[in-house]
Amino acid sequence: MDGFFTALAQHAFLQTAVAAALLASIGCGVMGTYVVVKRIAFIAGGIAHSVLGGMGAAVYFGFDPLHGALLAAIAAALLIGWVRLHWQAQEDTLIGALWAIGMAIGVIFISKTPGYQSDLMSYLFGNILLVPRESLWFMLAMDIVLLVVVAVYHRQLLAVVFDEEFARLRGIPVGFFYLLLLNLVAVTVVLLIQVVGLILVLALLTLPAAVAGHYVHSLGRMMLIASLLGSVLSVVGLALSYGPDLPAGPTIILLAGCVYVGSALLVQFINRRKTQLSARRRADARGKNG
Amino acid sequence: MNTVIDIRNVDFAYGDVAILSGINLQVAEGEFLGIVGPNAGGKSTLLKLILALLQPQAGQIRVLDQPTRLATRMLGYVPQHPSFPRDFPITVEQVVQLGRLGVKKHEGWLSALWPGRVARADRESARKALAEVEADDIAARQISSLSGGQLQRVLLARALVGEPRILLLDEPTANIDQRLESEIFDLLRTLNERMTILVVSHDVAFISRYVNRVACINRTLVCHHTDAIDGQMIQELYGEHVRMIAHGH
Repeated sequence: MDGFFTALAQHAFLQTAVAAALLASIGCGVMGTYVVVKRIAFIAGGIAHSVLGGMGAAVYFGFDPLHGALLAAIAAALLIGWVRLHWQAQEDTLIGALWAIGMAIGVIFISKTPGYQSDLMSYLFGNILLVPRESLWFMLAMDIVLLVVVAVYHRQLLAVVFDEEFARLRGIPVGFFYLLLLNLVAVTVVLLIQVVGLILVLALLTLPAAVAGHYVHSLGRMMLIASLLGSVLSVVGLALSYGPDLPAGPTIILLAGCVYVGSALLVQFINRRKTQLSARRRADARGKNG
Repeated sequence: MNTVIDIRNVDFAYGDVAILSGINLQVAEGEFLGIVGPNAGGKSTLLKLILALLQPQAGQIRVLDQPTRLATRMLGYVPQHPSFPRDFPITVEQVVQLGRLGVKKHEGWLSALWPGRVARADRESARKALAEVEADDIAARQISSLSGGQLQRVLLARALVGEPRILLLDEPTANIDQRLESEIFDLLRTLNERMTILVVSHDVAFISRYVNRVACINRTLVCHHTDAIDGQMIQELYGEHVRMIAHGH
């Protein structure tokens, strides 16, 4: 770890990597909270994996893969959202099909790209050390869009995430806000793909928010804690991977997974202990009264 | 008296299964109407048609002289089963404040630019609604920590905070004990002084003490009157012999 922090002070690519991790963590905390409480991890997974189609097409036609990813993520969010809103039968099968079709399109485009073959592995598993400095502005702009939309429509999004039926009765355009939510998730997926790649993006989107949900009970606090935790996990994961030259994305996810499992076990232990203590207290009170 | 709900020749089916057939029902302003009938008889479906959550395959429903879709913001609804996960991280006060969405306000440019803002008037209204249902002491609690009776009061406050002209309740006391059932119906009787109320219930004998009129539904409207409910009518409604047992609450 010491070696990482020494190198961080010297190398611009590491500073860019840390800045990318911090920017991605903001989106991860804010939108990950919605994904966890609305229980739409499967939909988010569908969006994330369909993105490979857009990245592959962008590489094939000579555009920036990140722009292709953004377009594909938004198209996938609209399509999956439409399926969920209007074609509720076999929703999971259809989302699974879109998930696989998007990936298949991406792999075909990448394999047919003439000349230098792009590194498929870096799209699938991310390569935070190769994030170009110009991408930071793109990531910052996407974070600002996310934060502004969430702040302006906080109550409408809360109503749709909490109780769609009631939101509809209050005149909220539920279809519009649901699609908006999925589009914001799509933007976040593109942010996170740079850090951990599209295969692992779902873990970074859900695990910090799920850990935050173990300890705090409001959306705002969950978003804050998940963003901070996402930042710590991605920077520490990057530092841990640096010395032994491990791939950064999988190291970050492994760390996040360990923290989640540890937290879930701790919460279960605390709850069980509380139940035992209150049962003992009740038994003591009965003993005194008897 | 003005007619606030006008249902004419309404049919509704889920796929091939007919749920409601040829329903005609008019509700006057200020009424307290009980809707009774056997399980799967179409009572909840009728409420959802009035709320525009479902659309009839035939016939017409007008609410407050408008198509149902345009009238939903003037209705308050308490569902039988909450359509949200009980472990959602949200407080009672936040749940009730959501009921203020869609209420017309004149708060100027700040609300126009920031529609997600909780205005002071919304907080105040939520506090009043919670006090009216005697749930102001649990405003800061998480919904996951509430008992069945407390949750029912919170859902009633969420319906009231939108200043509805008609309140629709679907089995509001199905999951709570008899003492709380009487308390909630006493509260509904008070609310009936300022709004029309429709309540779905399976307990014919109990609600007949509170309502002005009963509509009995088992796919069709079996009865629709203010007379005392007798054994013959109940037998007709449930389609089999029903033994009446007198019981007090």
